[in-house]
Amino acid sequence: MFDLTGKCALVTGASGGIGAAIAKALHAQGATVALSGTRVAALEALAAGMGGERVVVTPGNLSDAAATEQLARDAEAALGGRIDILVNNAGLTRDQLAMRMKDEDWQQVLDVNLTAAFRLSRAVLRGMMKRRFGRIIAITSIVGVTGNPGQTNYAASKAGLIGMSKALAAEVASRNITVNCVAPGFITTAMTDALNADQKDKLLSAIPAGRMGEPAEIAAGVVYLASDEAAYITGQTLHVNGGMAMI
Amino acid sequence: MSDIAERVKKIVVDHLGVEESKVTENASFIDDLGADSLDTVELVMAFEEEFGCEIPDDAAEKILTVKDAIDFIQSNSAS
Repeated sequence: MFDLTGKCALVTGASGGIGAAIAKALHAQGATVALSGTRVAALEALAAGMGGERVVVTPGNLSDAAATEQLARDAEAALGGRIDILVNNAGLTRDQLAMRMKDEDWQQVLDVNLTAAFRLSRAVLRGMMKRRFGRIIAITSIVGVTGNPGQTNYAASKAGLIGMSKALAAEVASRNITVNCVAPGFITTAMTDALNADQKDKLLSAIPAGRMGEPAEIAAGVVYLASDEAAYITGQTLHVNGGMAMI
Repeated sequence: MSDIAERVKKIVVDHLGVEESKVTENASFIDDLGADSLDTVELVMAFEEEFGCEIPDDAAEKILTVKDAIDFIQSNSAS
């Protein structure tokens, strides 16, 4: 089950905790993986840690339109001319109360989290249509569904990914291309390490499972949606949150 | 019938799975040949590949019939 041998995947934001776990999990199932991000040294280290085989590093700055288009071309070339699985994982936060949020903080989060995901999806669709196979998976967030104070920009970008994925799923389903989202709850990463003990206690009391999630638990959902076994699932959001929100 | 016209018609027949006799020059991809909007995007991709040309989006939107495709390729094709 869930064998990805012969498949080629591009993972954005691969130097982050969840992105690295996704890259490793796809690789472990047999896929060839292109690692993208802006921190080249971290990507190189990750590639080395994955054994150096069936893995390539294709850095890219997703806040820039031309660089994003170039990344799609670079990754496709580095993967031998095909991207079967696109994981739009890259994301950033610029938290601030709405009343104090600057336009640039709003725009930067939308650009990287949502617009770049659209541009990359558009770029890989041509090949996927021709090959009659594709998996586009966006890593969204529970916050895109429930909202969270201080994150109007982030929540909008994550909700946007869900809507975009549904519309795109409807467009390309007949070509055997599925488009889905995975929505993590609170996962142990550098982003959540920054919380203090009080904040963590409060969080845990809202999670029925009584613990934070692990990046590998997000990656497992991505592997499933990328697999042949998930061919009939499209336009969906898989919530991985320990029961924190049951939607 | 020109070589370009024949190659265009062959692509249409192969892609849409329609009978060759239905692929007349005035046939509309959507109204007469049963294509949906995504099929028309794929046809344009196939024409680009076959003829080694690039069909910009605004031109692609105007290619509605077999004749539109042949005319565009005749005036823009490298091969």
